[in-house]
Amino acid sequence: MWRVGTVVALHDETATARTVRLEVPDWPGHLAGQHVDVRLTASDGYSAVRSYSIASAPNSKGRVELTVERLPNGEVSPYLTQELAAGDRLELRGPIGGWFVWRADQNEPIQLIAGGSGIVPLMAMIRSRISVGGTAPFRLLYSVREPGAVFYPDELQALSNKDNSVTATYAYTRATPKDWPRPTGRIDAALITSATWPSKLGPTCYVCGPTSFVERVAGFLASQGNSPDKIRTERFGPTGDRK
Amino acid sequence: MAITSRGFSGRRSATDVKLPPGQYLTTDFPVLSAGPTPHIPLDRWEFTIDDGTDVLRRWNWKSFRDLPTDTITADLHCVTRWSKLATSWEGVSLDVLLADVKTDLPYAMFRSYGDYTTNLPLKDVMNKQAWIAFKFDGADLAPEHGGPARLLVPHLYLWKSAKWVKGMSLMPHDKPGFWENLGYHIYGDPWKEQRYSGDE
Repeated sequence: MWRVGTVVALHDETATARTVRLEVPDWPGHLAGQHVDVRLTASDGYSAVRSYSIASAPNSKGRVELTVERLPNGEVSPYLTQELAAGDRLELRGPIGGWFVWRADQNEPIQLIAGGSGIVPLMAMIRSRISVGGTAPFRLLYSVREPGAVFYPDELQALSNKDNSVTATYAYTRATPKDWPRPTGRIDAALITSATWPSKLGPTCYVCGPTSFVERVAGFLASQGNSPDKIRTERFGPTGDRK
Repeated sequence: MAITSRGFSGRRSATDVKLPPGQYLTTDFPVLSAGPTPHIPLDRWEFTIDDGTDVLRRWNWKSFRDLPTDTITADLHCVTRWSKLATSWEGVSLDVLLADVKTDLPYAMFRSYGDYTTNLPLKDVMNKQAWIAFKFDGADLAPEHGGPARLLVPHLYLWKSAKWVKGMSLMPHDKPGFWENLGYHIYGDPWKEQRYSGDE
């Protein structure tokens, strides 16, 4: 069933990504990591549907935030990031997906690894842990093109300043901040070793990003001894079938 | 009644192809899977058919590849809404694999390396509707697309076409597999838009 959400706030995360906050009165609740289908309908009845990860923590207030990356040849993402205005209504279906989720009763160490806009469902997990006052130790490894492309930078910074329970490590692929110790480059086996939980701690790993990124990172995690059933992946291809 | 999205006109397909409801056309071949890609050496690959108690048939890679094959041209429809038309495959039909299997069991659970499962009515994999495919576009099937061999059931959403398939277990009753247990439809007909559990 399609539900109607009203846009109550919009916030640009980067030059190409925007967070859309919706109020959905009959929202049934969601788990961190789930996504929704969003339907746009033209005046002649033509419609287009795409899936977007939920960025907000589960809550009882019917609040759903999506962070949408604009794809150059996208059909729906340009509308959501450029046209949509506060007060507009959007049709949503969901939440969808029961595998790439973090539940508040998981106490094992959590390893999050994001490539680009793959941070969105992982941020929902971080926010979920904060909102329930959880104690599961979280690490985030975030591969991003350049400092200006980081989503939620202030919030992530504040979390890592506050305590050590959500530790973020960044890997910049095109340009680093000034005086950054690691040169630009993709995540490699050495960075997986130094920045992620040792496999002997039995972490559950969540990897989200473009297909080639997820393939590579999941392979590193498996070769370092993480059990394949503890590596959960969410991929999106060049068509932007997911983000 | 849909709400009209102010200022949205959409990007219509110029072609006249008929797609299942809610799908859009892509020329890429996106990858979706729940975990890391397993890499299965051919000398350890096997495919088995069992009835829940006994193994009824067993092939290794060599005996499997000695079976007669079909070339298949199929439209693919993924529940994440992309469709890719006229893809080209080579595989062994389930009719060949099940030819000497006498069974009254009407359902099957397909099993994969990496512990993925998906359920199908047996009648949906008979009569040239399903294959164990090992070539895509004339080349060996890449691991991320399910190689060395995957199930291909093109008349249902693509999650039913289990990658890295290693066997099928015949069952007296239908039972949900991996995604079917996680909110997706038990059957998955794209033309009826059976995406999620709860869809008609």
